[in-house]
Amino acid sequence: MDSRSSDTIPGPRKEDVLPDTATAAVKIVIVGGFGVGKTTMVRSVSEIRPLTTEETMTQAGVGVDDNRGVDNKTATTVAMDFGRISISEQLVLYLFGTPGQERFWFLWNGLFEGALGAVVLVDTRRLEVSFDVIGRLEERGVPFVVAVNTFPDAPRHPLESLRTALDLPTAVPIIDCDARRRESSRDTLMALMRYLHSLAVQRA
Amino acid sequence: MSDADPGQQRRKRRQPEKAKQDPERLYVITGGPDGGDRAALDLVTIVVARAEPAPTVQPEQVAIVRLCKSPLSVAEVSAYLSLPFSVVTALLTELLAAELVESRAPMVRAALPDRALLEAVMHGLQKL
Repeated sequence: MDSRSSDTIPGPRKEDVLPDTATAAVKIVIVGGFGVGKTTMVRSVSEIRPLTTEETMTQAGVGVDDNRGVDNKTATTVAMDFGRISISEQLVLYLFGTPGQERFWFLWNGLFEGALGAVVLVDTRRLEVSFDVIGRLEERGVPFVVAVNTFPDAPRHPLESLRTALDLPTAVPIIDCDARRRESSRDTLMALMRYLHSLAVQRA
Repeated sequence: MSDADPGQQRRKRRQPEKAKQDPERLYVITGGPDGGDRAALDLVTIVVARAEPAPTVQPEQVAIVRLCKSPLSVAEVSAYLSLPFSVVTALLTELLAAELVESRAPMVRAALPDRALLEAVMHGLQKL
């Protein structure tokens, strides 16, 4: 912070201010490898411009989001982009785009704790990047859907062959999406919600 | 659409691990590096200012109180003030104790969401 002057204190734009009635919030985590479109998806559905929260890593052996073309210098600050959707006067939904590696998840206290569920965003050109992410969500028992971000130059595969490659149970939805498009990103979130709802019905 | 195999590699499904689903464990691991007590603040805990800070309150905390005149999530506080999440939770812990700020607990914590909540979110998304 470089200024103490009250008029330069940062904060939400007028249109981004939550109403006083906002009392509760829920979150959905969008997980995926570097450049897979997490922030694009957050941006396309968020009612605010995506914001960035940071956390500092102090441990040794710090990695980066992707190991391609990056030296293993010690990164100290890791950023996570997020957006917001007002659900009602009381309820707010936050969307967090987070790197796939579990070591980042521990940086933000309870990132998955209490999350409704997760969207695993995959790029068919680098499908194997998502293997570990999906496995870690399974281990934690976090319900998720898989959304295949349709990049123009990415090979198209029938979703069922992707399901086989990803070894996804039949109940887990796998859908195509275009993270740049608001309706498509919204539909992806709806697919997750419908899946979560079906799980809740089964439990009842 | 081609029938080509998406890759030679195939993932192998994993089973839920009890230890990884235990919120207590998560909390212990991610607790403050100083081992100090932190308020149980989630990224999406909504915080709101309750009182004007006294002149003795440190500048970062004054900034938080001013920012929270209207409700904001802890993640947004961190973003707007460009402070790491853990620093914000430490500052907020003191502000909560001093009753300058109040927190509105996230609706879902470590519990499976109920149908009514899921339906409310679906209804909200449909309006987008």
